[in-house]
Amino acid sequence: MMTNKVLEFTNVSFHYQATNASKPTAIFDQVDWHVHEGEFVSIIGPSGYGKSTLFRLVTGLENPDSGEISLNGEVTTKRLGKVGYMPQQDLLMPWRTILENVQLPVELQGGKPTADQIIQLLADFGLAGEENAYPGNLSGGMRQRVSFLRTILTGSNVLLLDEPFSALDAITRLTMQEWLIDQWQKLDKTIVFITHDIDEALFLSDRIFVLAERPVQTIREVIVPLSRPRTMRDLARPELMELKEQLISELRSEARL
Amino acid sequence: MKKITSYSWSILFVTILLGLWEISARLYDKSFLFPSPSAILIRLWELKTELFIHHLPPTALTILIGLSISIMLGSTLAIAMYSKKPIEQAFYPILIASQTIPVIALAPIFVLWFGYSIWSKVAVTVLITFFPITVSVFDGLRSSDRNLRELMLTMGASAKDIFYKLDLPSALPSFFSGLKVAVTLSVIGAAIGEWLGAQAGLGYFSRRMMTQFDSAAVFAPIVLLSAVGIIFFLLVVVLEKHFLQWRNHQ
Repeated sequence: MMTNKVLEFTNVSFHYQATNASKPTAIFDQVDWHVHEGEFVSIIGPSGYGKSTLFRLVTGLENPDSGEISLNGEVTTKRLGKVGYMPQQDLLMPWRTILENVQLPVELQGGKPTADQIIQLLADFGLAGEENAYPGNLSGGMRQRVSFLRTILTGSNVLLLDEPFSALDAITRLTMQEWLIDQWQKLDKTIVFITHDIDEALFLSDRIFVLAERPVQTIREVIVPLSRPRTMRDLARPELMELKEQLISELRSEARL
Repeated sequence: MKKITSYSWSILFVTILLGLWEISARLYDKSFLFPSPSAILIRLWELKTELFIHHLPPTALTILIGLSISIMLGSTLAIAMYSKKPIEQAFYPILIASQTIPVIALAPIFVLWFGYSIWSKVAVTVLITFFPITVSVFDGLRSSDRNLRELMLTMGASAKDIFYKLDLPSALPSFFSGLKVAVTLSVIGAAIGEWLGAQAGLGYFSRRMMTQFDSAAVFAPIVLLSAVGIIFFLLVVVLEKHFLQWRNHQ
């Protein structure tokens, strides 16, 4: 599959400055990595191995010490406002209604959708009639859908989702995963998804990237051997069980250190 | 219905207290020293024109002007301290230190500076209400969510966007808490200011009646002062309910 690279790291190195509480920590050491247009990729790895740093670099909250990051084929250090980011906690503003929350990126960037169009989108997301509710009134799953819609309305073609379902219960989570795939297929966006749930990564992704060294020198790529549409039952196939075993042992050998 | 039951205990307690006061005042029977609540109410009624027409307006005006100045100055200082670290480091210690000054002791100097005009009383009110407002706005601004701030940055927000759309709304609940404290203090401030020198005002009237051994007339304006405090407090509660509607949906 030869498509455009929407996101590319070339020789990227990054470390956090020393603070009073910690020594300088190298996170990435000359890393190359890329994501194709329209892909769904996941990033897995134990806590503290640079998943969040990777997101901070992609969104432009941080810039590399050396090396280049290119977005849609353009090398730039000013990436803020160009990548849609969905945080782990929904981070909805409690003082704004659902409609006002979703409108935030539109307000900030002067985008197109009108309130009526957004209300229609909310309905498509299973949130019909909730536009004037406050986040405090919604369930966790609904809040995550609002947060996802807000991310989409940034208008960016690359969406980064940072463990968006980790706080949900198992059943809601499963529904949300299927719902997310559905949305991704409709929306024609590139999705980079952080998780530490291997099943989730296998079920959702075209490719999985494993961050399992410190500092990260190579990001290992795992191609998921499944066509779409998928069901949860596909994960029980022998070749997937084997892949899962392999990923678990890889992450475990690191996590034990 | 729930509201009524939640207040009923305090109403019962106050009624018992007033009852005891009434009985003991009647037994003691020296109304120029220790008036009964009913005597105070009667005196309040007798003095109604004088109190409401001549003495209530200047005091209410002092409170309003003093509070408005405090809100403007206090919020400005809080915002300045929040946006520039050196300003915080320069002003925060002074702000705390200013609270150790006994305001009552300073009040005569205001009379010296501003004379017997309304401004000497306003100055006392500002001095006493400035602190809770500044601190509450400052703490409110600092409570804004760091993660939300970063999320807004990833959406391309400017510093101005973050201030207006994140910091200010985050500071609002804390501002209203500070304002409630300030409103009650402002009544004290206005009364102290008036004791020291005034031609009219509830605090002034109360003190003048003291020199005439009319203790029921000392209490009557105090009842009014307290009513003014309660009314201003309720006003703040109404405003708070209006601006923080979302808190009913938590």
